[in-house]
Amino acid sequence: MTDIKRPSRRGFLKTSALVGTTLAAPTFFTRGAYAQDFCNNPTGSTVKLGFNVPQTGAYAEEGKDELRAYQLAVKHLNGEGDGGMLNTMQPSMLKGNGILGKKVEYVTGDTQTKADAARSSARRMIEAEGVVMFSGGSSSSVAVAQQSLAQEVGVVFMCGLTHANDTTGKDRRRYGFRHFFNAYMSGQALGPVLAEFLGTDRRAYHLTADYNWGWTQEESIKDATEALGWETAELVKTPLGAGDFSQYITPVANSGADVLILNHYGNDMVNSLTQAVQFGLRDKSVNGKDFQVVVPLYSRLMAQGAGENVKGIFGTTNWNWSLQDPGSQAFVKAFGQEYGFPPSQAAHTCYCNTLLYANAVEMAGTFYPPEVIKMLEDFEFDGMGNGPTLYRGEDHQCFKDVLVVKGNENPTSAFDLLEIHKIVPRADVTYDSQIPQFAGELGPYEVEGGC
Amino acid sequence: MDALIAQFLNGLDKGAAYALIALGLTLTFGTLGVVNFAHGALFMLGAFCAVLTAQVLSLESVTLDPTKLTPWGTPTEIRTTYAELYLGDFGAFITDYSIFIAVLVTIPIMLAIGFAMERGLIRYFYKRPHAEQILVTFGLAIVLSEIIKASFGANPIPVSAPEALRGSADIGAFLGLDMFINYPIWRLVYFLAAAIIIAAVFAFLNLTTYGMVVRAGMQDRDTVQLLGININRRFTLVFGIAAAVAGLAGALYTPIVPPHYNLGMEFLVLSFVVVVVGGMGSLSGAVAAGFLLGIVQSFASLAEVKAIIPGIDQIIIYLIAVVVLLTRPRGLLGRKGVMES
Repeated sequence: MTDIKRPSRRGFLKTSALVGTTLAAPTFFTRGAYAQDFCNNPTGSTVKLGFNVPQTGAYAEEGKDELRAYQLAVKHLNGEGDGGMLNTMQPSMLKGNGILGKKVEYVTGDTQTKADAARSSARRMIEAEGVVMFSGGSSSSVAVAQQSLAQEVGVVFMCGLTHANDTTGKDRRRYGFRHFFNAYMSGQALGPVLAEFLGTDRRAYHLTADYNWGWTQEESIKDATEALGWETAELVKTPLGAGDFSQYITPVANSGADVLILNHYGNDMVNSLTQAVQFGLRDKSVNGKDFQVVVPLYSRLMAQGAGENVKGIFGTTNWNWSLQDPGSQAFVKAFGQEYGFPPSQAAHTCYCNTLLYANAVEMAGTFYPPEVIKMLEDFEFDGMGNGPTLYRGEDHQCFKDVLVVKGNENPTSAFDLLEIHKIVPRADVTYDSQIPQFAGELGPYEVEGGC
Repeated sequence: MDALIAQFLNGLDKGAAYALIALGLTLTFGTLGVVNFAHGALFMLGAFCAVLTAQVLSLESVTLDPTKLTPWGTPTEIRTTYAELYLGDFGAFITDYSIFIAVLVTIPIMLAIGFAMERGLIRYFYKRPHAEQILVTFGLAIVLSEIIKASFGANPIPVSAPEALRGSADIGAFLGLDMFINYPIWRLVYFLAAAIIIAAVFAFLNLTTYGMVVRAGMQDRDTVQLLGININRRFTLVFGIAAAVAGLAGALYTPIVPPHYNLGMEFLVLSFVVVVVGGMGSLSGAVAAGFLLGIVQSFASLAEVKAIIPGIDQIIIYLIAVVVLLTRPRGLLGRKGVMES
């Protein structure tokens, strides 16, 4: 027979008090409890970030500018320089003393504008260099590959330049965040302007970069222009980094189309636009109308590469250095003084995303990714160059005003190549996160982790 | 009809580049028996001769204007090229026509590079198996690419055609046809230049005694040597000519596609396919195959064709190579005995 010990009254009271105190304790007492359980938890006096940008390949120019912006962001986070957007961002907990008092260091990698190279470079940063967050890239297939890795290993990825719908659509991930706008927003912003200036009776010929981003941009622009009443003459895919697009441009002249839409970016866009102009397309008249070229996604770097060929051509951009709000001016001043020329939109989005991550960590009071993610989700902020902005929690897409720009007819400097034609309000480009083009799942906060 | 003519012109233009590269490759193979995987790198080096010439001619004097500030608060820079500063309008003219000066610069540089390659490396591999030749020349191609990357960076560097040759011309009116066919002037210049270079190489080989001896050496090296002719020296010159032809093809190509360090690798596989289709060691075969594949690739890129077989523009050249090798294993105009031992 076994003796059963009855709990004493005093023992019961002691245990109850202990359990009660634990349950009633405010969360700030428990905040550090999981501190040791996540990948690359920074324990010393420094914290390391990974900047994975295209240093070679079709988007290398964007990559170089992204890296400059990251270096500037690190400088500002560590309290060096004039502080840039740390002075204009609202709300902000950034003090210029690193992140949570730890000095920010960084490592860099080359995505080579290839998904597999980007993944292995990011994995090296996470496993060998111990980065607590990684960021960068200038291609959507690269962004999708990196944020998928982020979800696997449990390390936050702040996207660089990625414009495909899928990044925050079907391929969205809990550990991936996109500050940049997307192809759907470009279509929504650009459509009404095209209708106003080019009319509603047009035939469009699309040349599209044959990968994730090109496909979604083609779909978005086609939907937007067909909704205006335009016809689509042809949808032609071109290989990424083709260099010579002449065999794809030659048929455009005799296709009956009166608009050429170039769903290209980076060097591809520079080459295809330059070659379209060389083939005399812009001097043509078709169906009684002047032939027009449209570049739905523009950047100042591309405009510089294409030179005077961009004059009068419409497109959209996430941000332009000529904006006059305090955030943009602070960033342009800091960047210009550091490098001697204004930043590109790729630099802007990377700079903003780095500051936004750092601020989320400060708000969470920990580097623990699920807590940081929760701080970024549905975060409303201003003073970063695009007006009031929302980091939507449902899909991790930033919603802000979109710029419709036009190649400047009379540039006053080598950088004054795009003029802002219209600032399309955030409300006009906001959509439901589960519409067919975007439906997807973010995945869990807690992951096994791969460190 | 005008669409087809435009596409045909485009094919000729692409074919001209393929033919030029393949011509040099075949020359090397036919004379020295070396499979030169560094030939694409020679094309790239030629392109960078043009880049270097343009950069030297565009060197600028920078002065600061403290009365005008940039939006970031630094004085505005005023840039003037030294050529314009010292030579006035003539300097501006020289800068504008830098591509033609580049052609003059490229020929001696590429000849020298060709001689150095042949004397310094390739000759040690004449009697070695083809696999070893491929390995060493492929390694050389990588080294050359990395040197260019370290010197000029990884990004493509645009080189402009002269302003007068940047636009397009109505070919239909020029040919007296009742149709409007707009085609870029520089691409027509490229086609014309390629035709002249090809004709010059053929004239050298067929109309000069020197060329006749080279051709005899290609047929039977030992017999020519028995006649007391130093055929190796002549083959060294031919290697230099092959390098110069590839270099010229690259230099003239720069206004069409901005060159980058990996340009040679992009053309390498393609040029070998052209040589194989044309027939190993056959100069006329290389030229014919270059134009044939350029034209076929151009037509395969038509939307109507791609609608039937998506992606056909990317694989058509390799499909043709497979068909030719199955039906004519020596290529279209291949010689008996070449690479058959």
